[in-house]
Amino acid sequence: MRRLTTFWLRYRRNRGAVAGALALAVILALALLGPILYPTDPFDMVGRPFSLPFDRFPLGTDVAGRDILAGILNGGRVSLLIGVLASLSATIIGVALGAVAGYYGGRIDDLLMRTTEFFLCIPSFVLAVVLVAIFQPSVVTVTVAIAVVSWPSVARLARGEFIAHRDREYVQGCRAIGMPDWEIILLQIMPNALPPIIVVSSLMVATAILTESGLSFLGLGDPNLVSWGYMIGVARTVLRTAWWMAAIPGVMILLTVLAINLVGEGLNDALNPRLRKR
Amino acid sequence: MSAPVLDVRSLSVEFESTLGTVHAVRDLSFSIGEGETLALVGESGSGKSTAAMALLRLIPNPPGRISSGAVLLSGRDLMALSEADLRGVRGREMAMIFQDPMMALNPVYTIERQIGEVLRLHLGLSKSEILAEVVELLRLVGVPAPEERARQYPHNLSGGMRQRVMIAMALACRPRLLIADEPTTALDVTVQAQVLDLIHGLKEKLGMAVLLITHDLGIVAETANRVVVMYAGRKVEEGTVGEIFADPRHPYTRGLLGAAKWEEADGDLLREIPGTVPSPFEMPSGCSFAPRCAEAIPLCRGAMPELKDVAPGRQVRCFLAEGRGHG
Repeated sequence: MRRLTTFWLRYRRNRGAVAGALALAVILALALLGPILYPTDPFDMVGRPFSLPFDRFPLGTDVAGRDILAGILNGGRVSLLIGVLASLSATIIGVALGAVAGYYGGRIDDLLMRTTEFFLCIPSFVLAVVLVAIFQPSVVTVTVAIAVVSWPSVARLARGEFIAHRDREYVQGCRAIGMPDWEIILLQIMPNALPPIIVVSSLMVATAILTESGLSFLGLGDPNLVSWGYMIGVARTVLRTAWWMAAIPGVMILLTVLAINLVGEGLNDALNPRLRKR
Repeated sequence: MSAPVLDVRSLSVEFESTLGTVHAVRDLSFSIGEGETLALVGESGSGKSTAAMALLRLIPNPPGRISSGAVLLSGRDLMALSEADLRGVRGREMAMIFQDPMMALNPVYTIERQIGEVLRLHLGLSKSEILAEVVELLRLVGVPAPEERARQYPHNLSGGMRQRVMIAMALACRPRLLIADEPTTALDVTVQAQVLDLIHGLKEKLGMAVLLITHDLGIVAETANRVVVMYAGRKVEEGTVGEIFADPRHPYTRGLLGAAKWEEADGDLLREIPGTVPSPFEMPSGCSFAPRCAEAIPLCRGAMPELKDVAPGRQVRCFLAEGRGHG
């Protein structure tokens, strides 16, 4: 409990991070509760196309007469869900591989790091496009594709942390009392290596949302679900006559990514061991 | 003396590096009996810590490797054990105290959790039994307010307290052998004496064998029964504390003693051994101490002297000492 309090005290020092956390909370609430409080189907043609915002519908209608507000609320769910799940899976894969590579070193390290570098060499967005195109676009394939292109950076970070810790005396001490390797990795080194990993994976949520938007913009999103990127893609052709249609979801992506980045920075300040003083 | 607790037979440790193979420990043999303290003495780089790590097979591999030798703990060869069997020995029958107690505790866990780890791994105690035993152990090593301390984190404790915690951890399973790798180097002088007294007292109480690794001859004189002097990976002299201090046979041992007694020497401020330990890549062809030895004769630069028994339990690796020993 006391650790949570000190964490919050340190986090609070970064005002941008507090603003980011507030903004993120509002966006989360909109995505979670919005579709319940405003139960319009985002694919329903509810009125005349190109209706202006604040006219008959709160944010107007798109080229097919679909309610933009409904799209924003439902799309937020999809974007956040994919962003969080993809980032979480990438973190788990990356940490697992990085931990094993860093702790054991030698041939295992070589093998795992060459694999990681192989993935780092390929432009990640192109790889994501290829993966989604091969395995029909759906929430699952999009999430998996984003996770597959995101884990290498986490793996490198985790490996570095584990290398830094594996020869520390406390780890030697654990070996000297006969602790098995998996316990040393999971229970002894992991808690010490986690803070920078948490920061990176929180920032990865923002990147994942951008990637997802990019994919749906190109028409590689789940066809049964609205997402912010898809809405921008639809509005693209009428950008000169109805700019707000692309701008509204665009601003939502911007705000979400900004909020997540601010939170990530706040986490960095609060968890960074170099700033740790008691 | 009955069968020794620890019997090390011609232990050699090598490290592979880009510049070639480094022989960190060569053909090292010694034994420790029950209730006995053996001091392993030498400069930095003499291979004493490497030898200690090798006893528990904790040499990182690669690049390190135990190239030969046997380590018998109560008659059982640790070098022949499987990794799983070895884990049962580490911490239970043979425990280790590290040099720097600041680094040797995990900062994210409480003292109770860390000492409890040993009890959980080896004795399979329940949670409440662990807490009781941890408090008991902390009391044994003289930590005041043990119930309170058990709940604290390493950063809440002073260096001396942390070393006591380390000792408590090492003693948790009442090991037969305690390896103390420079247990007091990182501590204040006043705390040093307390920690050494503690180790000594606990040894008597629990009848352990202690392997004390140090470069501080003052500590050796106060706590050890027997001494093994190492130089450049090899044993150069062995004897009881009395023999080593009263009648050092190897010039290196004499040099170490001379360097340690500088307070008493009037006139010269500090008597030092000239030069440094030779680089492991440029070992001299003869005796590795010859380049720094004031008494070296041509023979010393030509061949490495054998380790010779000069009296029961007394060994020296020096051409000059052989003559003197027999004459």
